[in-house]
Parts: sequence; structure tokens; C-alpha cells
Amino acid sequence: MIPAPFDYVRADSVDDAIARLREDPEGKLLAGGHSLLPAMKLRLARPSTLIDIGRLRDLAYIREDGDRVAIGALTRHHDVATSELLRQACPIVAHAASVVGDPQVRHVGTIGGSCAHGDPAGDLPSVLLALEAEFVARGPSGERTIPASGFFTSLFETALAPDEVLTEIRVPRTSGGWAYLKFNRRAIDWAIVGVAAVRANGGVRVGLTNMGLTPLRATGVEEAIASGADPAAAAARADEGTAPPADAFASDEYRRELAKVLVRRALEQVLA
Amino acid sequence: MTRISLTVNGQRREADVEPRTLLVYFLREHLGLTGTNVGCDTSTCGACTVHLDGESVKSCTLLAVQADGREVTTIEALARDGELHPLQEAFRRNHALQCGYCTPGMVMAAASLLRERPNPTEEEVREGLEGNLCRCTGYQNIVKAVLDAAASGARV
Ligand SMILES: Cc1cc2nc3c(=O)[nH]c(=O)nc-3n(C[C@H](O)[C@H](O)[C@H](O)COP(=O)(O)OP(=O)(O)OC[C@H]3O[C@@H](n4cnc5c(N)ncnc54)[C@H](O)[C@@H]3O)c2cc1C
Ligand code: FES
Ligand code: FES
Repeated sequence: MIPAPFDYVRADSVDDAIARLREDPEGKLLAGGHSLLPAMKLRLARPSTLIDIGRLRDLAYIREDGDRVAIGALTRHHDVATSELLRQACPIVAHAASVVGDPQVRHVGTIGGSCAHGDPAGDLPSVLLALEAEFVARGPSGERTIPASGFFTSLFETALAPDEVLTEIRVPRTSGGWAYLKFNRRAIDWAIVGVAAVRANGGVRVGLTNMGLTPLRATGVEEAIASGADPAAAAARADEGTAPPADAFASDEYRRELAKVLVRRALEQVLA
Repeated sequence: MTRISLTVNGQRREADVEPRTLLVYFLREHLGLTGTNVGCDTSTCGACTVHLDGESVKSCTLLAVQADGREVTTIEALARDGELHPLQEAFRRNHALQCGYCTPGMVMAAASLLRERPNPTEEEVREGLEGNLCRCTGYQNIVKAVLDAAASGARV
């Protein structure tokens, strides 16, 4: 399978990428291409221009930023997974990156591409949601910061405007327990369901992978924990407000049940 | 057409390619390097694994233009002066292949793994090869071969 023809340009800066996006409304940014190229082979995506930002090395970094850690959008999963700084300051992010796909995928795919793609089955989005991460986007009129709660808007859709580039993701330093539990049947697969849980301000925040059109916060579970419920009782509320898909791997009922089991296990781990 | 210039197996190569040319087809059809196989064409099986700047990647999911200016290594470059590479030797010694279709990708993935983790545990080998499928051997001997190559201490 080979993608349909397209024009190929290489952006030499973020501003150049923005200008090129404005020139061709049907154009798309190419980071690692590990979501975009498979979609283009299947003609699910057919951009007229590919604007390659893969060489903007100044967007590939992980550095301390006050009480946060800033991750450049073009940082590859492999570099996130093996970052000493993240392993110490925000280990759940490093761990989640280490369970994305397989080593070959992690050598190419980027954290920015994973988020901008807006796939509810992606591993990083639910983790970043639970962490209340911030997304930094640059567009023609400058930079803005988008909270995680407003970033993932619908299936494969985000708050990014068509002429905006995601440049950075900021995650808080965490000190308490954390868990990211990804359930799949074969090593390489996407999560049938995934659960992210982190301790924060005395409570627990919980994110769900592949339980709806976007990654979701399990707010019912969070409230239950805040009002003193034990993990099993809180986990019973894991599917509140979700709309899990049904596919060849699992029915929606199965996913609801699985979410409850994984949330209970994650809470036990985090509160231990 | 886009002009690209890259190093493949130590040799400088220049070519005009259609931007949509996948790296695996550039290697196989433009350069005649048919050691790299195409199994699934959908980023799943790992048969097309090559190294990009020394790290394993799936060449069916990269454009040749993405490799412009970079260094690509394929299975053809592993044997030196008629001597099999230590991983190839270990695959042979341990019967780690039957039909051989997955083997070039397995060996390239294993070489990248051993570069990152020279002394992996069995579990790390299994996880490190999770992006490569074999329809014949059942993985047992593939894992054994990689552990054997690691234990032999030969440079990979
Ligand atoms: C075999 C395989 C298995 C996988 N398994 C998993 C898995 O288990 N879990 C998981 O989470 N992911 C998985 N992935 C997806 C992987 O994580 C991708 O790397 C990721 O989803 C996209 O990152 P990318 O850099 O390749 O983005 P690309 O494919 O280049 O881009 C994806 C989309 O985001 C846009 N985009 C990219 N960067 C930016 C930016 N900086 N600003 C604005 N828009 C941008 C692009 O225009 C495109 O629309 C898998 C992929 C493959 C091929
Ligand atoms: S041919 Fe590339 S992964 Fe199967
Ligand atoms: S030896 Fe036949 S596919 Fe692996």
C-alpha cells in the first residue's frame, strides 16, 4: 500500500510550518508519521501537502521548568521512556511512553503527534489528562496554553486550530503513587482499555484510555475516593459517563467491566 | 520528485524519488537491496525492520524523504568479509528460523535491542522483539539465539 500523491515540503521553523499550513488548508504536518502514514496508505487521510516538521530538533527536549517538566512536541516515545528526569520527576509519563507500540514505533513516533492525533486509544493522552498537563500551541497570532481538560475535543479532534503547531507539553512533578495499566491481548496492540491514576492534593485523579470518543477523566471514581470510599467501591463507578466502543477485540459491556477491574487495581496500587 | 541524499550501508546514495515512496520500496526497488522484506505493509510484522541512524525502525512506515541526510543500515551490511554477523551466526546455531521470511527484520530488531541493552534478560528480549512476528518458529529459538549472541560478548 502506498499513499496517494502529495506535495512534500520541509518546514525549517515552527513559524515556517504555520505559514505553510495557511498556504494549503488541506495540508498536514508530518512528525513521525506513525499515525498519519498508516492512515494515508488506507486513504483515510489524503492531505495535499505534507509539511515535514520531523527535523525541527529544537522541539525535541525534556527539561525542568519550575515545578513542571517541559517536553518538546517532537520528543520521541523512546526518549520520553528513557528520560532520567521524567523517571524521577513524573514517572507515569515515562512508563506510558514505554508501553506504546513496540521499540521500532517508539524510535519514530512523537509525544506531540500522539496528542495532536486525538486518538482515544492512545496511551499518553489519558495519562496527560490525569496529570492535568498543559499543551502549548503556536499559531499565526502567537502562543497559547491549553489545559488538558480542554485539549481533546472529539474523536481524532483536538483544540488545535488548523494553522496551529503543538510545541510543548508540560507535566507536573509528582511525588505520590501512580499507575498506568494497559490491557491488551497481544504485545503490540493498542489498549483495549487503559487506566491512568495519580495521587494529587490528597486525592486521586483517574484517566481512561479507549472508553469513549476522547480520553476521559473518571470523575465518579475521583469523587468516591475523595469522600472516603475504598478502591473497590470507588471502582464500581469507573464507567460512569463513558461510551466505550465495540470492536473485534471487545464489546462495550466488556470494556465497562474491564474499566472497573483496572481502576480497582490502579487505585490499590496508588493508595498502597 | 524530491532529491534525496543518504548513506545506505556505508555508501552515499543520491536519488530523485516521488515523496510518497516508502523507504522499504526505495531500498528494494531503487537500490535492489531485497534482503529487507515486506510482510504486512501495515506496520505490524517487523519484517521490514532496518536501522535509521543505528536504531530499529519499520521501513514500510517511513517515507524515503524522511531518511534524507541520514544513515540507513540493512541486513545486507551485517556480514563482513564473508563472516556472518554474531547475531546471524547465533540464529543459525540455534535454529532460530524456518522459512526465513521474518529473519532479516528479527536480526535487525535484535541488533538494535542489544545496542541499547547489551545484556538483556529473557523477558527483555521477548519485549524487545514485540514488534516482530514469526509465523514459523514459535519464538523460543529466536529468543535463545539473541541471548546466545549477547552471552558470546561479540560486538553487535
Ligand atoms: C504499529 C503501531 C503501533 C502503535 N501502537 C500504539 C500504542 O499502543 N499506543 C499509542 O498510544 N500509540 C500507538 N501507535 C501510534 C504512535 O504512538 C504514533 O507515534 C503517534 O500516535 C503519532 O505520532 P507521530 O509523531 O508519528 O505523528 P504523525 O503520524 O506524524 O502525526 C499524527 C497527527 O498529528 C498531527 N501532528 C503531529 N505533530 C504535530 C504537532 N507538533 N502539532 C500539530 N499537529 C501535529 C499530524 O498532522 C497528524 O494529523 C502505534 C503506531 C504504530 C504504527
Ligand atoms: S512490512 Fe513493515 S511492519 Fe510488516
Ligand atoms: S521463520 Fe518463517 S516467519 Fe519466521
